[in-house]
Amino acid sequence: MPSNRKTWFQKGLKDGVPIALGYFAVSFTLGITAKTAGLTALQAMLASLTLNASAGEFAGFTLIAAGASYLEVAIMEFVANARYLLMSCALSQKLSPDTPLWQRLLIGYDVTDEIFGISISVPGRLHPYYTFGAIAIAVPGWSIGTYLGVVMGNILPANVVSALSVGLYGMFIAIIIPPARKSKIVAGVVAISMAASFLFTKLPAISDISSGVRTIILTILISAAAAFLFPIKEEDPDHAA
Amino acid sequence: MQHNVYLYILVMAVVTYLIRVLPLTLIRKEIKSRFIRSFLYYVPYVTLAVMTFPAILEATGNTLSALAAFLIAILIAWFGGSLFQVAVIACAVVFVLELFL
Repeated sequence: MPSNRKTWFQKGLKDGVPIALGYFAVSFTLGITAKTAGLTALQAMLASLTLNASAGEFAGFTLIAAGASYLEVAIMEFVANARYLLMSCALSQKLSPDTPLWQRLLIGYDVTDEIFGISISVPGRLHPYYTFGAIAIAVPGWSIGTYLGVVMGNILPANVVSALSVGLYGMFIAIIIPPARKSKIVAGVVAISMAASFLFTKLPAISDISSGVRTIILTILISAAAAFLFPIKEEDPDHAA
Repeated sequence: MQHNVYLYILVMAVVTYLIRVLPLTLIRKEIKSRFIRSFLYYVPYVTLAVMTFPAILEATGNTLSALAAFLIAILIAWFGGSLFQVAVIACAVVFVLELFL
């Protein structure tokens, strides 16, 4: 594996390209929501630049449109984004303990589902410059897409948006399947997670739970059960995650 | 009471940043507990799997095209496709299928 900053940054840039494209499509529709909520293109772009959170921004714009209180908005953001707390905990163990503070602060700026996904899938320790490279291309895709969504509305053909919006899920699959092929336990955990998630969207009462809260509940329950039943072997460096 | 959009954005940004940055800055050492290490090892797989399915089925204009993209993406990833390849092929499958569906 490459070891210097430049190679890692370039690798992050390259892996960030599909993320940026997917972000562009998603944030475009986000921009349309922002416009409906009464935000200007610059305000919407500022929100995207400072939040980098699809569900959090959708929820936030909806509350802004409803004239909610600042406290309500804060609580909503906490619920919509609480899964990032778990992701950041996992990432903290992927970083070398001597990673400087400014690099931790910068990574924390953009712990999204996708940036987290590719960062955690690097073998061994995470070189922060890999994440920086991905951030460098993903953030412009996200914020410019939001801006254009406000300005241009529904100019992108529906079938293009439809096709692009599946790309981010394709990335998640590309991250979880190779380890599942190597380990029957991971494969089982992935299968059970998908089945449980499916049940949660179908069962009466439980299906009312928002997708963010569902993600948190299932992540804690299934990860804890897996950790209890199949604790990792301590000597394996790949398990530094 | 008149609300300010910039204050809204500030509140949202601060809450979201704190959620992300506190674990990264406060947990600076390796966690020793085998249970917590194992727990955090499984977190990404569970989170990404839960977020992918069944949400992917609703992501496109047509459930069938999404299901096809889902299955083909798993196959390609299983046989060693890169992040970029899997993502692009999933998009292509949806685009082509929706020309006919």
